[in-house]
Amino acid sequence: MSRTATPRRPVSSSRPGGAPAVPPGRRRLRIRPGRVLAFLLATAWLVVVIAPLYYMVLASFRSQGTYLTANPWLPTGGLTLSQYGTVFGAGLGRYLLNSVILTAVCIVVTVSLCLAAAYRIVRRSTRAAGASFRVLLLGLAIPIQAIIVPLYLLIYKMHLYDTLFALMLTMSAAAVPVSVLVMVSFVRDIPRELIGAVLVDGGGEWTVFRRLIVPLSVPVIATLSIYDGLNVWNNFILPLVLTQSSSVAVLPLGLTKLEGQYAINVPAVMAAVLLSVLPLVALFAVMRRQVMRSLGSVVMR
Amino acid sequence: MALFGVFIVVPLLGAVALSFFRWNGLGAPRWAGGANWAQFARDPLARQALEVTAKVVVLSWVVQTPVSMGLGLFTAGRQRYRSAYAAVFVLPLLLSTAGIALMWEALLDPNFGGLTALSRSLNLGFLQQNWLGDPAITLYVLIALIAWQFIPFHTLLYQMGRRQIPGVLYEAAVLDGAGPVRLFWRVTLPQLRYTVVTSSTLIIVGSLTYFDIIYIMTDGGPGYTTRVLSLDMYQAAFQQDEFGYASVLAVVLGAIGVAVALALVRLSGFGSMASQQEGAA
Repeated sequence: MSRTATPRRPVSSSRPGGAPAVPPGRRRLRIRPGRVLAFLLATAWLVVVIAPLYYMVLASFRSQGTYLTANPWLPTGGLTLSQYGTVFGAGLGRYLLNSVILTAVCIVVTVSLCLAAAYRIVRRSTRAAGASFRVLLLGLAIPIQAIIVPLYLLIYKMHLYDTLFALMLTMSAAAVPVSVLVMVSFVRDIPRELIGAVLVDGGGEWTVFRRLIVPLSVPVIATLSIYDGLNVWNNFILPLVLTQSSSVAVLPLGLTKLEGQYAINVPAVMAAVLLSVLPLVALFAVMRRQVMRSLGSVVMR
Repeated sequence: MALFGVFIVVPLLGAVALSFFRWNGLGAPRWAGGANWAQFARDPLARQALEVTAKVVVLSWVVQTPVSMGLGLFTAGRQRYRSAYAAVFVLPLLLSTAGIALMWEALLDPNFGGLTALSRSLNLGFLQQNWLGDPAITLYVLIALIAWQFIPFHTLLYQMGRRQIPGVLYEAAVLDGAGPVRLFWRVTLPQLRYTVVTSSTLIIVGSLTYFDIIYIMTDGGPGYTTRVLSLDMYQAAFQQDEFGYASVLAVVLGAIGVAVALALVRLSGFGSMASQQEGAA
């Protein structure tokens, strides 16, 4: 399974093979029709990706009036920052705060629990550990939509309906299968001799975990924090089903609430959407490579 | 582990159990035997939802796989401008589904939307459509938007896959006189087979249960033309309070999902490799 990727293998930096088969310098100057075609197609896709985003950014700087009168594709006809104030007045700050809290809690809970679980699964090859690992694998294939109804009833019976706590529990649980799986494949590669050495020095399993496993697992912890965090931040169906008040709404749900409030004020909605991605864009700007690697490597175990 | 057990495994069993009860969420559930299942078998709307879902799955795969592979191979190149392209290609991944849906609603609005404005200033009449209200095209618009959302991720997978192919293979093939086309069919594609399986599994299982964009943008309309199975389930449970019947749909959804995933893994021989690794666990 680890043919393609375990999070820590340095493949993307080590460039196996380098550029495809063309010896540098020799054929580079010849214009190849295939290359040109590829360039054109990729550029077309670039436009498809950028154009809507550009439209959204521009629209967010319009007043409600100029959005309808000015050409929405050109930065002419008057721009304003007022919509950003409008959406904060409409409660976006609250949604933002809820999302930050939820995401932070879920990352901490999932990553720490799953690392501990992974360590147990690797260290104890008991039947129970093996069995629970198998159940987790099953969990990978179960879509959240298939269990949303009983999940809702469960949360309701636990008197947790319409609380952030309900989202913390369910989203952490939903992240467990992938996280444990990735961590198991990582922890398994930590040499047994290292663990043995700590044990010989008189440390217990807890010392091994704290002093050895956790520091060594920093790369995989980073990877999963990004991956799980992004999923929690953007999850829509769980908040939709498990909460209803504005006071506990997280961003994706809050955005649709804002749209309900401001159906005609498209610029305000666009400003809200942009504000909701801002934290991720900032993260992405700072650590683009890590983010891209995380997303891919989690899936390509 | 307990977390997972309580919130994933228990609801899973709960869904199966509930599918045999008739329950409106209040009071005690009444035993219904196979009534919900019989209702499912008879319901023409459920059949239509299945058809729409199948369409979404097949078309999503057909659209997303070649585009992602092409873009992935392109961005795997070492030219500097290509990594700049790659950085832009990832951007949609950062947006939440809700954000994507709201952005495209603004663009596709038939009266004041961005595409309408474009069609006016460039005189391109075909851009002036009732994108989200015309039963003939709405489903395809949604499939295109789903592709817009997910192609970046699969591009990333193919990019990583391509970068892990040893360059020696290409050098050897070039020495044997292989051109670019032959290199693709004989080296790149076979080497990417696990990437193809991973990516296809994710596309198929993902689009099978796809919910967010459709719920926000059309809520199944116009008529029932975009009502996929997961939306049907959501409406049955949370708008019509028929938890039993909704559970039938949920079980069907889950079963198809697991079956498809297992079948793909089997078919590709990926399973044998995976289990070799797991043997060590």
